[in-house]
Amino acid sequence: MDNEYIISLVDQGKRLDGRKFDQHREISVEINISKNSEGSARCKIGDTEVLVGVKMDVGTPYPDSPDEGSIVVTTELSPIASPDFELGPPGVDAVEIARIVDRGIRESKAVDFKKLCIIPGEKCWIFFIDIYSINDDGNLIDASALGTLAALKNTRFAKLENDKVVFGDFTDKKVELEKTPVTFTFVKIKSGILLDPHTREEKAAEARLSVAVHNGKIYAMQKGGDKGFTESEIEVMLDLAIKKEKDLKKIIEKAK
Amino acid sequence: MSKLIIEERNVVVPGEKLATGMEYLPGNGTFREGEEIYSCQLGLVNVSGRFIKVIPLTGKYGPREGDIVIGKISDVSFGMWLVDVGCAYSACLNVREVPEFIDKGADLSNYYDFNEVIIAQVIKVVRSKDINLTLKGQGLRKIKGGKIIEVTSSKVPRIIGKQGSMISMIKEHTKCNIVVGQNGKIWIKGESVEDEIKATEVILKIEHESHTHGLTDAIKKALEEGI
Amino acid sequence: MVYSKREDGRKFDELREISAKVGVIKRADGSAMFQIGDTIAIAAAYGPRELHPKFLQNPERAVLRCNYDMASFSVTERKKPGPSRRSVEISLVTEKALASVIDLELFPNTVIDVFIQIIQANAGTRCAGISAAAMALAHAGIPMRDMVAAVSVGKVGDKIVIDLDKHEEDFEEGATDIPVALTARNKEITLLQLDGEVTKDELMQAIKLARKGCEEIHNVQTQALKEVYREDKDG
Repeated sequence: MDNEYIISLVDQGKRLDGRKFDQHREISVEINISKNSEGSARCKIGDTEVLVGVKMDVGTPYPDSPDEGSIVVTTELSPIASPDFELGPPGVDAVEIARIVDRGIRESKAVDFKKLCIIPGEKCWIFFIDIYSINDDGNLIDASALGTLAALKNTRFAKLENDKVVFGDFTDKKVELEKTPVTFTFVKIKSGILLDPHTREEKAAEARLSVAVHNGKIYAMQKGGDKGFTESEIEVMLDLAIKKEKDLKKIIEKAK
Repeated sequence: MSKLIIEERNVVVPGEKLATGMEYLPGNGTFREGEEIYSCQLGLVNVSGRFIKVIPLTGKYGPREGDIVIGKISDVSFGMWLVDVGCAYSACLNVREVPEFIDKGADLSNYYDFNEVIIAQVIKVVRSKDINLTLKGQGLRKIKGGKIIEVTSSKVPRIIGKQGSMISMIKEHTKCNIVVGQNGKIWIKGESVEDEIKATEVILKIEHESHTHGLTDAIKKALEEGI
Repeated sequence: MVYSKREDGRKFDELREISAKVGVIKRADGSAMFQIGDTIAIAAAYGPRELHPKFLQNPERAVLRCNYDMASFSVTERKKPGPSRRSVEISLVTEKALASVIDLELFPNTVIDVFIQIIQANAGTRCAGISAAAMALAHAGIPMRDMVAAVSVGKVGDKIVIDLDKHEEDFEEGATDIPVALTARNKEITLLQLDGEVTKDELMQAIKLARKGCEEIHNVQTQALKEVYREDKDG
């Protein structure tokens, strides 16, 4: 289906699947989908599906933050999920998604890195957050961010013995999230600002904006696409993100 | 003694035995091994006379002779055009199979150019990889205007309906010109963009809900009252 | 060493619980999920489709390309994302396990891509991947003369067992792991690997056990595939 059709729909105030411009597709989140991980979740937005797993290991803190642990976010855009993906190490799109998700958590201090310290200057926890795309039907960014949040919220610490991880053994101690930033991605098509783009809308988009919010504050943003937004368009998107924050949070709360 | 193991309209899987004996003949979607006929597809059994076929209901489009398809010119070659109809191989439109008289040595792209879209008919398929098309025939032509949408080719029968009843109903209500290609590409041209959108929404609804009961009534309602 | 009881209470010739579902990845031409015990594999099939670059094409048949990958979080100790020598080898034997039943000659110059993702691992992952991949190929409408099912058999202590779990694979006193794939109709063995030490009689015994197990798996695959049409028929 060519981009022209999507654009003509937008001109008419319509979207291919009948949604309103500010409407999400159906979102579902399931936690604990992979037993061997410290935490895991499946997030579906429409037909887009990602799996997120959290694994832990003990590492050495960075010299400039000796009392802090860290997170490492990796995204795999596997060709299992789309005929448009290729085998190989994460390309620029995969890296971008990983960094957007990382930014949302890091900048909001959703995870208090100080709580990940084991022995200051010597040992700390490192959270490996790995995101796998299973089906791409657009907006992998939001699915990845939401899945990551759900996974983290339900992550238990691995067991430590003599400062080494006992793989396969979990404690009951859950990771506490200080903040729960949720991410919203919009695309611009002509004069329309569309929330939660599906693949065909992504292909027809002139520009894209992702924004992570928590309690009305903005912690991370990323603009993509070849063209630009106007200032007022940015405001519209921010307002919408702030307004819809609690809807997404409710979904995370109810996840099981 | 020949025997049918399976019944018409049974769902079978690859490797499933369909019949024994030499009286039955293996049609599309089946093969013979020894004295038995087996399915090589996931699909529905169809028995007509001595031929046993299995009609696959999932998977990519598999061209059949006589199919009307909508394709895009992907290459202009010597004495022919290559057309993308959505399978692994390009189909071929020979210069002799177009209604225009074309001089030897003429530039073929003046007649049908890259990325132009045509409604064509499959005249010959050799082992699923040599697909020959023709533009000689009623309704076969280059398309101008309108929109092309794509659906899974296996849903096309549902969209067309019994004896074309479903697609006729859609055409009537939306007053759109609609050509449904067997390869899952559908051309819609209406008097207004709204009409085209309405037809699109309804067709996509059929694709999405093709397996549900009472679909015809649901579509009728959607056409009358809007989605 | 006498192996007297399986930790999960199974009989030596008993499979863990199996389940399968077809059509789990919408964008793929065909897809399926296969679960055996705690091991979960999903597979997607794409094709036949154009193969680029051209020099990879085979003018006589389709190229079958399989890619097996384990999610980093599927195992207890995180596996770094991306291919490993192990996953490269498994991808290869998977392709060999499936190639013989596909009519590759029907689609020269094309490629049929199969992607397998292990999302939870408790031994038997390559076999689960093959069982899922066979369903995905059938779902993609790719002509196949037969279905393929795979299961691991082996020797744990002194017993020949079927469907070893992680605990048994890592058995202290020694275990032999034998992944086997069989075609459903002809019972041809299309995957056979061995890691350990057995006598010839033990091996033949194990293969007989694999036959039984694969029959059971094949029944579940058949049901999952036919389920796709259950509603379509009446619609």
